[in-house]
This record gives sequence, structure tokens and C-alpha cells, in this order.
Amino acid sequence: MFSNILDLPTWLIPTAQVLLGLAAAITCYRIWRGPSVMDRIVALDLFASITMAQFVLLVFSSGFTSYLDVASAIAIISFIATIAFARYLEKTECSL
Amino acid sequence: MITYIASFLILSGVFFALIAALGIVRMPDIYCRIHAATKAGALGVGLILLALCLCSPTPRVCIQSVLILIFSYLTAPIAAHMIGRVALLRNLPQWNPKSDSKKISK
Repeated sequence: MFSNILDLPTWLIPTAQVLLGLAAAITCYRIWRGPSVMDRIVALDLFASITMAQFVLLVFSSGFTSYLDVASAIAIISFIATIAFARYLEKTECSL
Repeated sequence: MITYIASFLILSGVFFALIAALGIVRMPDIYCRIHAATKAGALGVGLILLALCLCSPTPRVCIQSVLILIFSYLTAPIAAHMIGRVALLRNLPQWNPKSDSKKISK
């Protein structure tokens, strides 16, 4: 447990996780409401970043460093997904 | 001392992530939303990863978190550029401060 070794305040990690969950909920509003497809893609990119931050905080609270691998996989996949969506919407004739 | 620095980095990273989420909801058009999501979002994740690098017990965790940090900072501008380019090519509406902006924003 990193937080026990480092003597971080016990309220710090749960508070950060709750606030990041709040940020993810606010982002979900834009995914649901977004007027165009590009708005939804931007919001999904931010949602992936917030999920990455949640996994990094999970490394702090649980002590398993394997969660960092999950964070790196999410970083790679979100980048490739954003590029693929952008290239696809550039070529097709569907309305945004 | 490292404890205080790590706590500050975690809290400021969460703060920037919240600012990014607020910005993506409150900004008027997609070009401004790309601003908020890319820069503030990458900064939030980067600060939390930096905190993990500071208090990592083994060198592997430190190196991996720095690698994720570099990767996310390299790829965020590219993704934002692709999205903004497609939005400009497809003629998505732009925000005009002089006219009434309520139509685009909601």
C-alpha cells in the first residue's frame, strides 16, 4: 500500500476518486447531449483520460502496480480510437 | 516532504480534470471544447501520474508512469488536431461572440 508507506492523509485518495467520478458524470452529460458527433468524440477522449486517472489512483489505494498497465492500455486505445473516428468521419458522407 | 508534494499534485490533478469536465459542458462550440478537453485533461492526468512517479517504491513504476505521461502528452495534440481538422472540413458551426450564441451552446 503506497498510501500507508507514504503516510498520505487517509481522506485524500477517496476524495480524489469521488471528485474524478463527478468529472466523469459531467463528461457523460456532454456525451449524451452533444449536438454533433465530434462533440461526443471529444467527450469520449476526455472520459478515457479520466478513467486513466482513476486507475492511477487505484494504484495508490490498492498497492497493485498492475493497474498501471491498464492505464497505459487505456491511453493507447483512446488515442487510436480518436484517430480512427476522425479519419472515418472525414471520409464518409453521413451527417455529423 | 514528498508526502505533501504528492498530496498537492494529486489534488491539483483532480482539480484540473474537474475543470476540463466543466469546460467541455460550458464551452459554446466544438473548437473551444477541444481546448478544454485536451489541455486541462492532459494536465490533470499528467499531475496524478507525476505524483505516482514521486512516491513509487520501485523504479519500474516510476519509469512506466513517466512513459505514460510522455505518451499522453505526445498524443493529445495529435488527437485534438485531427478532431479540429475534421470539424473544420465538415463546416461545423463556429461560435460568434457578437451574435446570439445561445443557439449553438445548448
